[in-house]
Amino acid sequence: MRAPDPGAAAPAREREFGPYGGRFVPETLIPALDELERAWLAARADSAFGEELGALLADYAGRPTPLYRAARLSEECSSTVYLKREDLLHTGAHKINNALGQALLAVRMGKRRVIAETGAGQHGVATATACALLGLECVVYMGSEDMRRQRPNVERMGLLGAEVTPVEAGARTLKEAVSAAIRDWVANVESTHYIIGSAVGPAPYPGLVRDLQRVIGDEMRRQIRAVEGRLPDRVIACVGGGSNAIGAFVPFVADPDVELVGVEAAGEGLGSGRHSAPLTIGARGVLHGAMSAVLQDEYGQVLEAHSISAGLDYPGSGPEHAWLRDEGRVRYVAVPDEDAIAAFRRLCRLEGIIPALEPCHALAWLLANTGQRGGLDVLVLSGRGDKDLAEVLSR
Amino acid sequence: MSAPEAGADGDRVARAFGGHGRRAALMPYLMGGYPDIPASRACLEAAAAAGADLVELGVPFSDPLADGPVIHAAGTEALAAGVTPDDVLAVCESVADRVPVVLMVYANVVLNAGAEEYPRRAVAAGAAGLIVPDLPREEAGELAEACRAVGIPLVPLVAPTTPAARMAEIGRDARGFVYAVSLTGTTGERRELPPELHSMVDRVRAATSAPVAVGFGISTPAQASAVADLADGVIVGTRVVRAAGEGGAAAVGGLVAELAAALA
Repeated sequence: MRAPDPGAAAPAREREFGPYGGRFVPETLIPALDELERAWLAARADSAFGEELGALLADYAGRPTPLYRAARLSEECSSTVYLKREDLLHTGAHKINNALGQALLAVRMGKRRVIAETGAGQHGVATATACALLGLECVVYMGSEDMRRQRPNVERMGLLGAEVTPVEAGARTLKEAVSAAIRDWVANVESTHYIIGSAVGPAPYPGLVRDLQRVIGDEMRRQIRAVEGRLPDRVIACVGGGSNAIGAFVPFVADPDVELVGVEAAGEGLGSGRHSAPLTIGARGVLHGAMSAVLQDEYGQVLEAHSISAGLDYPGSGPEHAWLRDEGRVRYVAVPDEDAIAAFRRLCRLEGIIPALEPCHALAWLLANTGQRGGLDVLVLSGRGDKDLAEVLSR
Repeated sequence: MSAPEAGADGDRVARAFGGHGRRAALMPYLMGGYPDIPASRACLEAAAAAGADLVELGVPFSDPLADGPVIHAAGTEALAAGVTPDDVLAVCESVADRVPVVLMVYANVVLNAGAEEYPRRAVAAGAAGLIVPDLPREEAGELAEACRAVGIPLVPLVAPTTPAARMAEIGRDARGFVYAVSLTGTTGERRELPPELHSMVDRVRAATSAPVAVGFGISTPAQASAVADLADGVIVGTRVVRAAGEGGAAAVGGLVAELAAALA
């Protein structure tokens, strides 16, 4: 599909992942994507930037997060299971890793206005937090239906000084919030940086978000070696857009003995038409600026996704995941709402941890696909469950 | 409708820009299948009868990132009524002998049909060209090649943010015409034309030998007249779509006649 681009500054894995990725956006945004790519490549190579971000991640956000050996869960699973505790981070999820990094990048680019989209509100809260910390103006687009369902996060963003703009289009959820944020960016591109919340969107976003989230996998690798003296047999993470999963997987991609499992949301069942599993049964298509796995109809119209977990409720996935799937390096599976809820309740009782519904999909898969005795599994607990109490208790 | 001969790509578009006898060619935009399929056809016929030199026909898409609220809502309504890309091609076919039709279609609809297949279908439906607003030049190679093979232009867009070197590449390779996006933003009516429009159009002109048509933010006859002083073509979208929704073919015909008179 692509003509050679003499201006290309970045190697292939920054812009394209096999046949996936790219920049399917209005011409207006191309220079801003070029600028962002240059800025990120420079920042990534700049030790001062790395130190500044590293200090914030450590002292402000709470990294490194523990790799916790879940003894009672391990008994249920026969293997030894470690949980990567991203739920213990400031703002309660891995989203802060990306938000802090991109907000610092916005400052570096001289952009004082930041926009973001949010579904459940976790990325919106993380971005509002990073903007408060760095004194940046922050506007968050959120579907009005999600605003109704996630009132406490709307209030948190307000307290942090962000302006939450309701989106009334379509199903009034995450897909439309991303579209609204992109339209804002098209109109205000010279003053504004768009902090996208997952490893999706036009290049360089999927690579940029992956780089900022790989701290999860890098820490896991170091920690598991320190306590177990070896690499895990399996790394398991939930996948919506797929930012915690890509961050966890990437440091292990070159280790053929480590099995990588990405767990999508099967919603009310893969046969119901009401799910969020584009990697499991979606087709190839363009959504929000990238070629990837997308839920779409026979004409290429993008479909609404459905999941009990707002963070997985998105009809596309990151392009690098689509490529890792095609390469056979990562196995993608899907778990329905009811199994995720059962896993939620199970982890509360077994470990005294109330998890977000998103990683409960990964947990449910693990409980149903237990490892070998003597095996070693690491599961990314990407967020905490406060936001989901009402949803779970209403069932 | 017979396909134009290969190698003649842009001929129909070029004739439309050359033979209008006004200061600039007038290109209204209408959303295919909106307010419904027969009315959409009637709106196109009314636009042609009232003096449109070309028409831009939008294919409804679920996630139209370049469009503001009015065109987005029109597309959403058409989709909700079950309008498909094939329906829009049928609308195109029904009017293509009266006025050159340039299809405005988002990348996923094109790629879903196939980058080679979609231009064949477009030509079979009599389309004179394609505009794909979310397919910048890096992604457009295969489709541009397929359009060349069937003899229609894939019209490139440039924006106020497009840097000079890139503008030169786009302008050099342009076929049909260059679609100059007047402003940094999505489609929609604006009170004023952007102050930098004159210098923007000059930059585009310097980069290409193809005709330059300006769109986004042009809604009134006075604005159209001012743009006709600068450019070879004037594209009016949101205002025309609004007329189609509010008053159907009669309103579209009246509006296009006023715009055409302003370009005399």
